[in-house]
Amino acid sequence: MAEARSLEERLPVHGMGMVGTPWWGMLCLFATEGILFAYLIFSYAYLGSQGYQSWPPTGGPPGLKLALPATILLVGSSFVLEWAKNRARAGRLVIARWALALGILMGIGFVGLSLEEWHDKPFALSTDSYSSIYFVLTGTHLAHVAIGLIALLVLLVWSLTGRVGAGHEQHRTLATLYWHFVDVVWLFVFATIYLSPRLA
Amino acid sequence: MRRARLCLAGALALGGCSGTPLGYMSGSGSESGDILQRIAWGFSAIAVVVTLIILLLIGAAIGVSIRRARREPGAAVARETGGLSFIYWGVGLSMPVLIAMAVWNFIATRAVAEAPAAPGLTVEVTGHRWWWEIRYRDPGQPDHVITTANQLVIPTGVPVRIDLTSGDVIHDFWVPKLGPKMDMIPGRTNVTWLEARDAGSYRGQCAEYCGLEHARMAFEVTALASPAFARWMAAERAPATLSDTRGQQLFMARCAACHTVRGTGAAGIYGPDLTHFASRPTIAAGLLPNSVAARERWLAETQAVKPGALMPQVELGDADRHAVVRYLGSLQ
Amino acid sequence: MSTSFDEAALASGDGSSRPVDPSPPLSPNPPDIAQRLEVAWGESPGLKGWFGSVDHKVIGIRYLFTAFLFLVVGGCEALVMRIQLARPDATVLTPEQYNQLFSMHGVTMIFLYALPILSGFSNFLWPLMLGSRDMAFPRLNALSYWLFLAAGIFLYLSFPFGAAPDGGWFAYVPNTASEFSPGLNIDVYCLGLIFLGISTTVGSANFVVTLLRMRAPGMSINRLPIIVWGTLTASVANLFAVPAVSLACLFLWFDRNLGTHFFEVSGGGQPLLWQHLFWIFGHPWVYAIVLPAMGMVSDALPVHCRRPLVGYTLVAMATVATMVVGFGVWLHHMFATGVPTLALSFFSAASFVIAIPSAVSVFAWIATIWTGRARITVPFLFFTSVILLFVIGGVSGVMTASLVLDWQLTDTYFIVAHLHYVLIGINLFAVVGAVYHWFPKMSGRMMDERLGRWVFGLMFIGFNLAFLPMHWLGLAGMPRRVWTYGADMGFSTTNMIVTIGAFLFAFGLLLFFINIWRGARAGRVAGPNPWDGPTLEWAIASPPPVYNFAVIPLVASRHPLWEDRLGDTDERSLFAEGFLLDQGKETLAVTPLDGEPDVILKMPGDSWLPFALSISLMPLFVGLLMHSVALAAIGALAALIILILWFAPHPATVQDEAVRVYG
Repeated sequence: MAEARSLEERLPVHGMGMVGTPWWGMLCLFATEGILFAYLIFSYAYLGSQGYQSWPPTGGPPGLKLALPATILLVGSSFVLEWAKNRARAGRLVIARWALALGILMGIGFVGLSLEEWHDKPFALSTDSYSSIYFVLTGTHLAHVAIGLIALLVLLVWSLTGRVGAGHEQHRTLATLYWHFVDVVWLFVFATIYLSPRLA
Repeated sequence: MRRARLCLAGALALGGCSGTPLGYMSGSGSESGDILQRIAWGFSAIAVVVTLIILLLIGAAIGVSIRRARREPGAAVARETGGLSFIYWGVGLSMPVLIAMAVWNFIATRAVAEAPAAPGLTVEVTGHRWWWEIRYRDPGQPDHVITTANQLVIPTGVPVRIDLTSGDVIHDFWVPKLGPKMDMIPGRTNVTWLEARDAGSYRGQCAEYCGLEHARMAFEVTALASPAFARWMAAERAPATLSDTRGQQLFMARCAACHTVRGTGAAGIYGPDLTHFASRPTIAAGLLPNSVAARERWLAETQAVKPGALMPQVELGDADRHAVVRYLGSLQ
Repeated sequence: MSTSFDEAALASGDGSSRPVDPSPPLSPNPPDIAQRLEVAWGESPGLKGWFGSVDHKVIGIRYLFTAFLFLVVGGCEALVMRIQLARPDATVLTPEQYNQLFSMHGVTMIFLYALPILSGFSNFLWPLMLGSRDMAFPRLNALSYWLFLAAGIFLYLSFPFGAAPDGGWFAYVPNTASEFSPGLNIDVYCLGLIFLGISTTVGSANFVVTLLRMRAPGMSINRLPIIVWGTLTASVANLFAVPAVSLACLFLWFDRNLGTHFFEVSGGGQPLLWQHLFWIFGHPWVYAIVLPAMGMVSDALPVHCRRPLVGYTLVAMATVATMVVGFGVWLHHMFATGVPTLALSFFSAASFVIAIPSAVSVFAWIATIWTGRARITVPFLFFTSVILLFVIGGVSGVMTASLVLDWQLTDTYFIVAHLHYVLIGINLFAVVGAVYHWFPKMSGRMMDERLGRWVFGLMFIGFNLAFLPMHWLGLAGMPRRVWTYGADMGFSTTNMIVTIGAFLFAFGLLLFFINIWRGARAGRVAGPNPWDGPTLEWAIASPPPVYNFAVIPLVASRHPLWEDRLGDTDERSLFAEGFLLDQGKETLAVTPLDGEPDVILKMPGDSWLPFALSISLMPLFVGLLMHSVALAAIGALAALIILILWFAPHPATVQDEAVRVYG
């Protein structure tokens, strides 16, 4: 006679990392947002290859004075946040929160330096095709950074108010993973805008 | 072979000896046109044959299937063998057909895309919303530009290079009976070429959506034997004769801001050059025949004839309009 | 174990009250367990249940309704165009009216009908076919629907203001730049497509993750129905393709509103950049709107041929191959733009190559009919006609693959003929057949077969009468996108025939909708498996219980319900015993390749958040459209708050749970 019964076996609920579903959803997000940056970089290359003699048209390759420190801050913040995630998983919530706060500050530093660089540029958004793609490429990345910062801030607030504890591994993993993605994308953007004019 | 010729004759009879004005299945006036015509017929024939074969296969499949169903009724399902061979044979037979078509395509592409020899003449054609600006540059005197509009006159038997660009949006230069189409893109120059074999008139049409009156952006290619072309060129080079009529006065006052008539003070560049307007076969970019009645209608109700045209309605009393039309008729 | 359903009664279509399939469903549904699952999975009462439903079946049917609504609207736009084009120099419409109509016809059909209708079928069917209780992300699922509806409304709200997009569905610059399109029309287009792109993207992500994780144990990759292969391929493609058009629209909106020079020629902009980005999206998109439909034919046609699909593996691989090559042909939409001939020749070659995987499906279907025992039902008629129409569209496509011939064919009615044969022939005819096939599962009732034959006859004859002559029109030189043509062009008679065919076709579709309505009201009761199909959706009641499967089945082959009769394996799928998962709203996740049980997922209940998020994006997009920073900021802020609520963690998390089984 068929009946319902419980077994000795237990299966995980929700799952962390690859075992649950949100991790795969995040990968889909990386695929679609990642290719968006590929198309932006394609547009940069296409606009540069048609028409203008030099690319950028004026002023030579963009300076590294602000971009290099910004890059260091962003890459560094990824390491800091990864460490924060590991501390939290091990139950060391207080130190994890401090590290999270530090990572957020480093991210804000990146944003600040980027905005300063924008301010210093001799051209505006509507000057020519180079300025258009420059601001939209870096701006799209900056928008992704901003969303990441909001997510990390919300995570910090949740941690401080006790909504997120040691067991909420998935939230920390996904937020940190998104930040790493934004970091890796920056390396490509950096190579395109700052390195490629110096190699040509 | 006789059957094929009969079929071709039948098809041509259906379409008329030269087919429709914009058709490229018949009435070709150039070698490029011939190549394009042959590949159009050839590929169409292959397409029709393949479709008929598939239709027969589907019919046969249904027939075989129903017969088997009648023999073995009931709720059984079964996996008959041999199905995969359909896929292997079908795909296998498709491949040589596709390869043959691809090879034919590549050979024809090379023949059509490259001009045969150094061009004997270069013409610059610029697309505007919704008319065609045509400039002849004299190779001996490159500063002497002869500008005309909506009618491209070329000599027969001479490869003519055509430099295409646009003054506003993307248009497309297309003379189906003479050659392939090519976009006209602002900010860049695309190059195509034509070599008319037979003298005659060939219709051209804009083939890229360019806004309100894309449908009404046509032109005519007039191919003339070399002596006739030289005479045309000489006449075109000459400025318009001055006359002191009321019509010309009105023209200077009301039309010269947009239109040019060389030899007078009219030097507007927003509309077509009208120096030898009366010698053209059509007006309003291929829309109306160049008759007195059509000129009257065009001036009297411009927007009704070609709604959205960028030429504004010019208010003229009847007598004044007749005078302007008479003046335009004198611009041979 | 064969079913005892009434073949003869099915054929005659009599209106008797006895169900076509009187047996109980194969998947057990014991009353006490059903009651417990009903409580966990059932819709919330009142408005929250309606606006907040996360049930994939409800969402799927909503997609179908809304997509069909847009089909009718887009069809009416076409009929008005056909009235204008029936005679030369007609003035039924002004040029501006015609241009708005043909642009919106394209946008509506390609964006608001063709993909959403397939999303609707996939949404409804996937969990049922995969043996799961829901999609991976139920709230995201609801979101994709509400976003689709909101974006469609956003696009159509422009019509009463006379500001509908009028640059064609492809919106080439500079014609759509602010200098030549000064009104709001093209801004509606740009923002509307970005809005819709969010829906497509989240929907695609949902399908990908669902396929990877949400299957019954034993449902390995090589046992998936072909519609799953088709929608999966399309979804992966959309994740990579949609950002191209979203970026293009962003660039265009910036050029029009912020003075940038992406496409503006003054300042170094490149008009062709628009075309590249658009077609890098556009070509994969047209495969995304036919591959799932081909999958439906591959799954349903064999049922009416009483045998499994011939060449399953080849068809699955051909589906993926078509999509992959589909990313490498986009320049064939730009053959006349003056790009160097050598580069174009590579794309011409690739466009010939892509015909080969398509041929695999065509011959697989013919083989399935030939080696089967066909039942000439209405679904069979529609699916078989897909084969013929696909081939006609395919051979005209091969003609356009030729670079040199395309230099005559492009921008003529030949292309219009080709695209309608592939889109209507593969998508619409497959969809209509799929409705006849799966309507019994969705509603519990059959659609009338006799009326269905009339629908088929009218649609088939009307469609071919309308679109077959268009090939000739194209060869005769009639250009596209023209609001009228001259009487001396030789197009007049043929255009009149086309218009008559279009109305006949539309009448057939009208009868189709009447057929649906009558079936829902008074169709014959279907039972669980009226067509005697082999896949899991036929193992449960029609319509399915809200939780789909009370007992999760264990899958042993590609055709679980035919295993006894096919006899080609000793393994048997198990329905009477399996995972119970009744401790709340739960379902099972499995490993990606082999389908081994992995983790228990707690699914969200009905929620206002998806609806609220879609609503909150309206002020954002309208604010951008009308240059109102305040409105846009309100929308953005509301969206942010809703997203924070969406991701808010549950207070306590259970780490694991004892497995409960039945049997």
